[in-house]
Amino acid sequence: MGALTKAQMADRLFEELGLNKREAKEIVEMFFDEVRRSLENNEQVKLSGFGNFDLRQKAERPGRNPKTGEEIPISARRVVTFRPGQKLKARVEAYAGTESE
Amino acid sequence: MTKSELIEKITAAQTQLSGKDVELAVKTMLEQMSLTLASGERIEIRGFGSFSLHYRAPRIGRNPKTGESVGLAGKHVPHFKPGKELRDRVNAGLERDLAAGRFASPRAHDGESQDN
Repeated sequence: MGALTKAQMADRLFEELGLNKREAKEIVEMFFDEVRRSLENNEQVKLSGFGNFDLRQKAERPGRNPKTGEEIPISARRVVTFRPGQKLKARVEAYAGTESE
Repeated sequence: MTKSELIEKITAAQTQLSGKDVELAVKTMLEQMSLTLASGERIEIRGFGSFSLHYRAPRIGRNPKTGESVGLAGKHVPHFKPGKELRDRVNAGLERDLAAGRFASPRAHDGESQDN
């Protein structure tokens, strides 16, 4: 089976909650849009039972162009990290599948 | 932003569904995402990012109190990789803050910072 996508999430809302297809699609879009907007505004997102999306700031650091060996600084940046919550970690830990990533 | 604030925002941004319906929808989505990862599958959300499992090999751990060795089994942990659009937009936020001379370290949501 393939990966879970927004389309499948909308299908589930249609089948399980009886939202119409357009509503279902909109809600899924809004969900990810709102999370993204919060992160864009430098505000952490905490979804209890699932996990937290945190923001980290990285200072400028020296870098190098791997092809030419030329030194170019890597500019300061802000990055998103995800910290899974206890409940999600426990559920995933139990997965005994293959050791692929 | 917490889950309940997210539910409020979505509720306010549309006219068709009640707060209760939106709450149920958000919980259903998070449950489906958790179940997907718990069954070893990936989640791929365009413009946002992807979730997958990373494997942690078995290792010998140590009880920090007693110094005793304990064998720890291999396990899977959830991993999120932000998509390009999310990365770019979050980083643009930093540039905006810097340009505005705003103190730019990340704001935690107020209140306790426990995950659960």
